Amino acid sequence: MSNAAQQFLEAAGTITRNLRHRGLIQTALRKYEVARDRKKSAFNDWSSARQSAAETKWDAINHLDTYLTEFTSKIEARGTKVHWCTTGPEARDTIRGIIKDAKAKCVVKSKAMTAEEIHLNEALEKDGFEVVESDLGEFIVQLRKEPPYHIVFPAMHLTRDEISDLFERELGSAPTREPEELTMIARRALRRKYIQADVGITGANFAIAETGMVSITENEGNARLTAALPRVMVTLLGIEKILPKLEDLALFLPLLATAGAGQTVTGYNTLYGGPRQPGESDGPIEWHVVLLDNRRTELLADPEQRDALHCIRCGACLNVCPIFRNVGGHTYGTTYSGPVGSVITPHLRGLQEWKHLSNASSLCGACTEACPVKIDLHHHLLQNRRNAVGDSPSWIERLAWRAHAFAVNTPALYQFGQEVARIVEPLRLRLQGTPLDPVKSWTRTRDLPPVAPESFKEWWRNRR
Amino acid sequence: MNVTLFIPCFVDSCFPQVGMHMVRILERLGHRVTCPEAVACCGQPAFNSGYWDEARIVAGKTLHHLQEAEAVVIASGSCGAMLKVFYPQLYAGRPEEAAAQRLSEHTWEFSDFLVSKLGVTDLGARFPGKVTFHDGCHGLRELGIKSGPRKLLEKVRDLELIEMGDAETCCGFGGTFAAKFPMISTAMGEVKCASAADTGAEYMVSNDSSCLMHLQGLLSRQGKPLKTLHLAQILDSQ
Repeated sequence: MSNAAQQFLEAAGTITRNLRHRGLIQTALRKYEVARDRKKSAFNDWSSARQSAAETKWDAINHLDTYLTEFTSKIEARGTKVHWCTTGPEARDTIRGIIKDAKAKCVVKSKAMTAEEIHLNEALEKDGFEVVESDLGEFIVQLRKEPPYHIVFPAMHLTRDEISDLFERELGSAPTREPEELTMIARRALRRKYIQADVGITGANFAIAETGMVSITENEGNARLTAALPRVMVTLLGIEKILPKLEDLALFLPLLATAGAGQTVTGYNTLYGGPRQPGESDGPIEWHVVLLDNRRTELLADPEQRDALHCIRCGACLNVCPIFRNVGGHTYGTTYSGPVGSVITPHLRGLQEWKHLSNASSLCGACTEACPVKIDLHHHLLQNRRNAVGDSPSWIERLAWRAHAFAVNTPALYQFGQEVARIVEPLRLRLQGTPLDPVKSWTRTRDLPPVAPESFKEWWRNRR
Repeated sequence: MNVTLFIPCFVDSCFPQVGMHMVRILERLGHRVTCPEAVACCGQPAFNSGYWDEARIVAGKTLHHLQEAEAVVIASGSCGAMLKVFYPQLYAGRPEEAAAQRLSEHTWEFSDFLVSKLGVTDLGARFPGKVTFHDGCHGLRELGIKSGPRKLLEKVRDLELIEMGDAETCCGFGGTFAAKFPMISTAMGEVKCASAADTGAEYMVSNDSSCLMHLQGLLSRQGKPLKTLHLAQILDSQ
């Protein structure tokens, strides 16, 4: 078992017994479902909206080469510097270079999961730069020195009291239970940083090929300040963020807001087309767009699972996933948690190390049903399981499944097995609750039904 | 109609009454029921574990015995999904592909067979009690079965159907998942049982005995009064 798998099992074992966590997450996500369903009903036809979005993304991903060059040539024409980065370290080094060239000390950053993916903050802090997260949720988890809990709601696992305590400890603020007051405390701390910062780093929600623009959606206005105030702006995005046309946003912005947060449309939606142009009075002097591959092209090369690149990181699959709702975001130990994380992490970080996430699913399919761009998520988990076995089968498991096949395919043996189970049932019951119980993974929390005195097939035979 | 009943291994062993009720119901409706004894398992456990070669050893035998059937009726949405949805994938590009496709088209989960194929919703059953219905995920999302079981339950005399919150949320069984990740499976089951209990129902009913095996196991262990029943047991009650 890989280290990651071991850690997952341990963390899951602890958190699933934490009833306070369970209650907090279930309540929050049930509220999300109510809001999402209300906003879904504003679409004339939600299922055709999903179909249309899936087709647009299919086109974008299957013609990524064309669209990426269209995007970059348009955006470069307005003076933007584009950096193509194959790996995480390459992207990190590129961004470090930009910050050093700008002779920056303080960096302000809006929400970007790609930055989490390449561990950008750690790298920059190691170099001595101060990096401040400007998204409220990200600001909170940064103060707690922990990764985001959820790709859209980074601090959803915390109560107002916990946030108040944290602010009191870290920022010296007075305790409060009012969300508005908590927001103001963070805002006062952050506004100073926007003014001080020399470089602003953002992520991106969409990259429009047709016009060479980056679309960023947010609810706090922090990404706008991050982009507008510092001298230098850096935007880090995965190459899969491409949309062919500007008009595609007419569907994708409400789709993302609805699926992701149960909103009609996100609070602030901004398009960036280049750095400050001659005659303009504000905006960054320099804009660097860092395009990240980080093994996305390997996923692109897999025709079976290529649609996982459709992902718009809305988090809808996490929100409905009963596994996520019980183990929470941190248990996964990955940047991208929940169903989509379980699908893509093996591609991004190694199948054998991360295959346990594909096994840690009941394959219920709620994720696939919720996905606004129709990624066949739960079937991809099945394919990951098959691929993991194909690459590196466990001979013990293979032997066990052969034995199982032989037993169920041989009626005499199958009946003999039932008979044995009936005979050993009293002994099994005596062993229940002891380490010798052969089915303790079941019986630790659940009763096991005994083999009936007369099986269906015995009844069927006797009846005739 | 000649109905070939497929009783999956765990139903055969642990819940034989579910199969017996199905036989009685189908015969009462005038169908000739057969049950090939050689068929025991659909092969889903190995398939879901990634061992597709081993799954084909089991599925091959099932396919061989069922491929000529006029209608295969199966006592579990999950095993039904294996035959209907996953056999064609398991045999894609192989000589058995056409047979798997044919079997897929002729396979019905029990409640779906009654409602969609036969057009029957009133079986003359009577069951005094409050019930809530749990949608098994494979039946719901792979086979699209949602309204059928409810139509059947609505026609049962003296039965009060109360929908639970999160009826479509997975119970946490998930086959080998229940044994590989028992702590997650248990937490999911507890959430499900709480939703069902909140309705005030006396019985949690489903068309999948595998979900019910897990849920009843939890309820019994925790000494909860809620009981689980397979849909066929209700439909054969007088």
